[in-house]
Amino acid sequence: MTASTTETPTTPGAPAEAPLWTDVWHGIADNNPVLVQMLGLCPAMAVSNSLANGLAMGLATTFVLACSSVLVSVARKGIPAEVRLTVYILIIATFVTVADLALAATLPEISKALGPFVPLIVVNCIILGRAEAFAGKVGPKRALADAIGMGVGFTLALSTISAVRELLGSGSLLGFDVLGPRFEPWVVMVMPPGGFLMLGIIFLWMGWQMERKRARTPAVVA
Amino acid sequence: MSNLAWIFFSTMLVNNFTLAMFLGLCPFFGVTSKVDTGWRLGAANTFVLLITAVSAWLLNTFVLATVPFLRTIAFIVVIASTVQIVEMIIKKLLPGLFRELGIYLPLITTNCAILGLALFQTSRGYTLLEGIAFAFGAGFGLTLALTLMASIRERMDVADVPLVARRMGLVLVVASCLSMAFMGFAGMGSS
Repeated sequence: MTASTTETPTTPGAPAEAPLWTDVWHGIADNNPVLVQMLGLCPAMAVSNSLANGLAMGLATTFVLACSSVLVSVARKGIPAEVRLTVYILIIATFVTVADLALAATLPEISKALGPFVPLIVVNCIILGRAEAFAGKVGPKRALADAIGMGVGFTLALSTISAVRELLGSGSLLGFDVLGPRFEPWVVMVMPPGGFLMLGIIFLWMGWQMERKRARTPAVVA
Repeated sequence: MSNLAWIFFSTMLVNNFTLAMFLGLCPFFGVTSKVDTGWRLGAANTFVLLITAVSAWLLNTFVLATVPFLRTIAFIVVIASTVQIVEMIIKKLLPGLFRELGIYLPLITTNCAILGLALFQTSRGYTLLEGIAFAFGAGFGLTLALTLMASIRERMDVADVPLVARRMGLVLVVASCLSMAFMGFAGMGSS
């Protein structure tokens, strides 16, 4: 991309120059907010008991993440370093209010099901974390790419967890009966322990994959 | 009075903030490697929760009735300043604890338990006294969960755990078991 050369990387600690799609891919896969960075676990488990809730939460978070990242990036030169966290939080809180009111107006049922977890997006560590680690140091284009990657990564992780939990816990997906009337619902999966268990299983599986990968490459024995 | 006790116990045990409502998971997984640090962070959180409950009630009663759409912003500003004060107090009086808690102390600001308390308190329409009972219950519940988790993790450190489960996997499964154990309190009443 030639556009990125117009920006002067004067900020100390700014991430290295990279093509935009790398920034996007980074958030989806090798730096996934939930599965790799372990950020934003609270909403990932609290609202992942049905796929519809998980998707709505993921999209709302992506919206807030994208808007606040762009605004933080545009205003980064004007924000004094001492009060930057407060400014970031205020920017995020503003967009969360927008998302909250918009969700209540368009999808009142989902808004009711999510309840206080929509305003709680303010304290989702992913958003503040990206503002501090990325958006506050780069131009708006890269900040947007990064935010979209992180948002999609978060939404994907959230919908995976919630799809499995809904399927096992109530035998349905998005409210449609999938497993038929003879399926005995595994109720604990839609209750709080199921959230911890599901994420635990994902981490165990990832650990297993990593071990297998390391076993195949004996050159890097620690 | 019985109403206050009910709020306290149901928040502490039945609807434990961490294990049943998934609020405040970052410190729950982040600083629970030592029991001492665990319960001290719990105490710091309880203090912030109390101040938040009182200020949320004040804001709700006197300010936000006219501008309800500013709720989220107003709450987060109050919480951020409270945490700043607590941070300064701890830095001055308990420098050892300050170093141990590290980044998790300013991160109390983005601990969902704090903002969650203010929001749940608002949506349930608690009075001032009920709010304080709610904050005490939430704080004690948080401390209880942190201490339990830290004790289990201290034991796990010396156990022979399969390589696959060394990282977060096992911790999450343990959390799931703890959460299941807390479901046993559900008979005491519903939310």
